[in-house]
Amino acid sequence: MLNYFANPRRFMKLSGILTPWMAGATLILAGAGLYLGLFASPADYQQGETVRIMYVHVPAAWMALFCYTGLAISAAVGLIWKHPVADVAARASAPIGACFTFLALFTGALWGKPMWGTWWVWDARLTSMLVLFFLYLGYMALNSAFDDPQRGTKASAILAMVGFVNVPIIKFSVDWWNTLHQPASILRMDGPTIHPDMLWPLFLMIGAATTYYLWVLMLRMRRDLTEGRVRARRQIQAEEAGA
Amino acid sequence: MTGFRAILERDLRLALRQGMDSVMVVMFFVIAVVLFPLGVGPEPNTLARIAPGVLWVAALLSVLLSLERLFHNDFEDGSLELMALSPPSLEVVVLAKVLAHWLVTGLPLIIAAPVLAILMNMPADGFALLILALLLGTPALSLIGAVGAALVLGSRRGGVLLALLILPLFIPVLIFGVGAVEAAIGGFPARAPLLLLGAIFAATLALCPWGAAAGLRQALE
Repeated sequence: MLNYFANPRRFMKLSGILTPWMAGATLILAGAGLYLGLFASPADYQQGETVRIMYVHVPAAWMALFCYTGLAISAAVGLIWKHPVADVAARASAPIGACFTFLALFTGALWGKPMWGTWWVWDARLTSMLVLFFLYLGYMALNSAFDDPQRGTKASAILAMVGFVNVPIIKFSVDWWNTLHQPASILRMDGPTIHPDMLWPLFLMIGAATTYYLWVLMLRMRRDLTEGRVRARRQIQAEEAGA
Repeated sequence: MTGFRAILERDLRLALRQGMDSVMVVMFFVIAVVLFPLGVGPEPNTLARIAPGVLWVAALLSVLLSLERLFHNDFEDGSLELMALSPPSLEVVVLAKVLAHWLVTGLPLIIAAPVLAILMNMPADGFALLILALLLGTPALSLIGAVGAALVLGSRRGGVLLALLILPLFIPVLIFGVGAVEAAIGGFPARAPLLLLGAIFAATLALCPWGAAAGLRQALE
């Protein structure tokens, strides 16, 4: 399985087929989710209309963790098996994850102002999300800090694995500490505590965010791989011209 | 074990002979803390309120400042490659170098901290806990920092990059370090934050040498 995808050309072929499907799935899921979330679902009895921010905030926060997990796994695979496509996947995941993290923090602030009366509080969930954002930035900075791109890939892969300790801390921060941020209401032992009318648009939006991630990830990876091929071909041409 | 001792002794000797290193780090620590009364204003209650946090942040930055040189000189002159080829594994080399780094920079900080705490008008109840928390926290900082220092070897703009990579990972130590001191000042039991600091120290002691050694290996390739 790993070896099968280690061939960039095979990946290009497969992702060429999958990319339009992912784009279509994203549009349909986001369209349905936004319609249900913004028009067809009821306003919350306490939060009023601001509850609708949740339909963007929760998927973004979810994807922030999902992207980092994907990033860390790809980095580990790239480091251990010297897997070229996994390296590209790790590098391509980082900016997407950073954007989702920023979106989660930003929408959280927009929601926090009317609900908590403040844009920002230093509770464990918010602080650990901010740390995650810095980890993404650090990963991208380290990745591009070397003249030899191979070194950047390896160094940042190690950093991604070290930074993974933060992911469980974020997930369980609402249980370990007394936070202002509400505890988990979907992934619970006793089932979700949200009414189906709100749960459905939320699930659709999470699905849309996931397919969006896969779509943009494949676009970025295809660009990276093509760029590499162009560079290699230019080098050959330059060498032939020199010889 | 002999390899560990040899590297430890070499690093300590280098630091003592050519070394303004510890003096510089302590000087930075002192000056960074002194800036706060001048910036915030000399009102004693305000200073006492922010003292634990200021001391910890300043200690964090001082450690960060000295970390860039942890592997850098040995990497430049090639002795790091010799150490990688020598019988003790690279993890042991990292541990020896981190211990030397902590003895040269972390320990002087801990000695200077109570004096600065007096300048910051910190209540006397917090002194013992401040020293204890720093004793548990600063080795963890050196260990985490070693991973970062190994990763940025040979990069462009290494110093700034190191700060960006390492400071987010320092945050847990800062939170529980300040938590322990503030609990003691407020008259609460400081057991929980101290235990967590100890846990962080134990975890970094077990894991960071591997990470730093992996970082060094890819830098030496």
